[in-house]
Amino acid sequence: MIKEFRLPDLGEGLTESEILSWKVGVGDTVSLNQVIAEVETAKAVVELPSPFAGVITALHEQPGTVVEVGKPIVSFEVPDDGAARPAAETPTAAATAAAGAGKREPNLVGYGAVVESSGRPARRARNLTVVEAPVVEAPVVETPVVELVETRPVETKSVATARPAERPRSTPPVRKLAKDLGVDLAAVAGTGPGGLISRDDVRNFVGGGDLPAAAHHLSAVPEAWPEEPSAGGQRETRTPIKGVRKFTAAAMVASAFTAPHVTEFLTVDVTPTMDLLARLKANRAFAGYKLTPLTIVAKAVLIALRRNPSLNSRWDENSQEIVQYNYVNLGIAAATPRGLTVPNIKDADALTLMGLSEALTGLTESARSGKTTPAELSGGTISITNIGVFGIDAGTPILNPGEAAILAVGAVRNMPWEYQGEVALRQVMTLSLSFDHRLVDGEQGSRFLADVGAILAEPGMVLTMV
Amino acid sequence: MSTDETGHGGTNAEGPGNSAGIHGSGRYLIQLVTPAGERISHPEFDPWVQDISDEQLCSLYEDMAAVRRIDVEATALQRQGELALWPPLLGQEASQVGAGRALREDDFVFSSYRENGVAYCRGVDLTDIIRVWRGNASSGWDPYTINMATPQIIIGAQTLHATGYAMGIQNDGADSVAVTFFGDGATSEGDVNEAMVFAASFQAPVVFFCQNNHWAISEPVRLQSHIQLADRATGFGIPSLRVDGNDVLAVMAATRVALDRARRGGGPTFIEAVTYRMGPHTTADDPTRYRDANELEDWAAKDPIARVKSLLERKGLLTENLQQHVQDKADAVAREMRAGCTNMPDPEPLDIFKHVYSSPNSWLDRQQDHYSRYLASFGDPAGANSPEGAH
Repeated sequence: MIKEFRLPDLGEGLTESEILSWKVGVGDTVSLNQVIAEVETAKAVVELPSPFAGVITALHEQPGTVVEVGKPIVSFEVPDDGAARPAAETPTAAATAAAGAGKREPNLVGYGAVVESSGRPARRARNLTVVEAPVVEAPVVETPVVELVETRPVETKSVATARPAERPRSTPPVRKLAKDLGVDLAAVAGTGPGGLISRDDVRNFVGGGDLPAAAHHLSAVPEAWPEEPSAGGQRETRTPIKGVRKFTAAAMVASAFTAPHVTEFLTVDVTPTMDLLARLKANRAFAGYKLTPLTIVAKAVLIALRRNPSLNSRWDENSQEIVQYNYVNLGIAAATPRGLTVPNIKDADALTLMGLSEALTGLTESARSGKTTPAELSGGTISITNIGVFGIDAGTPILNPGEAAILAVGAVRNMPWEYQGEVALRQVMTLSLSFDHRLVDGEQGSRFLADVGAILAEPGMVLTMV
Repeated sequence: MSTDETGHGGTNAEGPGNSAGIHGSGRYLIQLVTPAGERISHPEFDPWVQDISDEQLCSLYEDMAAVRRIDVEATALQRQGELALWPPLLGQEASQVGAGRALREDDFVFSSYRENGVAYCRGVDLTDIIRVWRGNASSGWDPYTINMATPQIIIGAQTLHATGYAMGIQNDGADSVAVTFFGDGATSEGDVNEAMVFAASFQAPVVFFCQNNHWAISEPVRLQSHIQLADRATGFGIPSLRVDGNDVLAVMAATRVALDRARRGGGPTFIEAVTYRMGPHTTADDPTRYRDANELEDWAAKDPIARVKSLLERKGLLTENLQQHVQDKADAVAREMRAGCTNMPDPEPLDIFKHVYSSPNSWLDRQQDHYSRYLASFGDPAGANSPEGAH
């Protein structure tokens, strides 16, 4: 017998979750509680244990799909005798939920599965009659739903019409009937007091045959979603804005429209730095350390900051103060499986090159494995983004909110370049520096960038700076 | 992140030999079995578990394994949509079984929502444990059948109930004890503090059993208290014990000490069982967002079940027979609970009116009447000709 497993509400009151990955494939035999999928909700990434022992016959949703709670995600072939499943087979709340589309399906944890077509809950009308309604007042006294009827006769017509349109007035049984029949109550004219829609109004509407097709189905929006979004021929894919993406967007918008950004570029012949790197790697004292151009750039930034401290500061709008940091928490933008994060190295200015190298390696590893702790993500004072790893030369980075500067490090390229009065093939890199013009003037920003460039062009220049 | 419980309780700091009463701060952790499973002697607390035979030790192991299996199965049931929510107790099995097994039948338990291990020791029906979490009932069982109140969701409120019940025991002249279970976060709540004031004032026979699992949802215990939780009791004049909550024997010994004091009119005792919540706060929580993965690893090394298993192995008791028996038992409870869960009938809408008052109530009866007529209106063709509710 085929059993369907519907996506449950994995948190409290969630309406959807994203399938991250399937741990099983069609045809696989699974045991009870074997992990079959990884799912991300708005609250957590969780593993789904199989509710049945049997053979997977279908996976209904692709990884990366956001699935509404209550929708089938996987089917199983389970033995009929029930022996494969320790629990006696009786219809569970989820399994008995009728397959009828648009039907209210209790899936045990409430009714979150039914997605209303409008995002916000409609305001409930407290008074059934909008204008004066002596008609309604008297007869309702003995009816069970009398509590629903509150009249406010003082209300004037002008107030009523000025109000935004509310849901057409009807009672819950009528709304259920309408839903069962697939009727949009907004299209139905109510004949009762104050435009109240009755059962008959709904039936007449259906029987009338002149219903506009577009207004027919309540669930028009959810149905616009194809069962399998990856299916060929689809011209666009819609992904809800949430999680890290949502957070990143909010932070970027806040930063871009709060801090006036200036971006400067400097292209540097970094051949001496690359030579230095090669020598350091060969040095036994650095055995076991992972040294990259980024390590040297980070060190150069830390040295240049000592001479140009205004790039390591914060604009405190609330207290109308400029906060000058006397330490550097160096943020490194990292692309992780869950999106962009900027963990930072605490007190990076106090680290030696070896310490910095270790910290960078550790930070990258924990970001990749998703083990970055909340503490590592907060308290940064300036950031570096290594766009060079993607083969990019330059860009106009947006400041990490609360910081005064961010440096984008471009790719190291072999380029024909002026060298000792002639053109030679040199290793060249472009630096892009964005800074907050409230805190940093062009002069300071330029000096800082020139210092970083000078160190990379000739590491020995550090001797003149410290 | 550092946690100070390194597991050398019986031998570090002030060392054994102090009275079980009030100590200064930085007190030692009472421990009878090391994380490696070595039984260490403790002159003060050894006598309290002297009667624990090999057979009983095996059965403590069996209970802890069964409790963990119940917890894992319920977590799976939640992920499968069969339970709305579940508060895992993973890692706290020694605290709950050690305390639960120390109780007498006529003692009365007032717990939070996480003490499913205690409920198991009280002999609760496995289906009753999950009734509430499936959303099928407002409470799972009749408290008097197992002398354990149904779990309290309001943080710390049960400590007041326990203290009140203990004052009732005093009035009855009985020698039973009220035992209340709560977490580290609850010690910051007004209710718990008020309960301790009353318990001390009336010298009520109540045991305050605090499982310090280090996390009040996402709030670490060190932010809530700059002293050890056991030392908070000192301010109320309540003697306290700080015990390794992952050591089932030590927990049992400490609980017995506290129960004995209460039975003899010695008043309340506060026990801080130092343990760790290895899972999320509930199935709706993601601890990786606020908790260092290394911390979990540190505590996994102190796993309460692995510890008692090592002890059994050292004593030559961990036979294949025993392991098979424990495995069978765990499988059986998981099967029983799953069946109870998936076969549980859905409640009827009108069931909501049951058990509100013990005697008839005209106001409630009227509401029930209205509601039943409202329900009837969904399927009543007779009402087809009228706009429902208006006539």
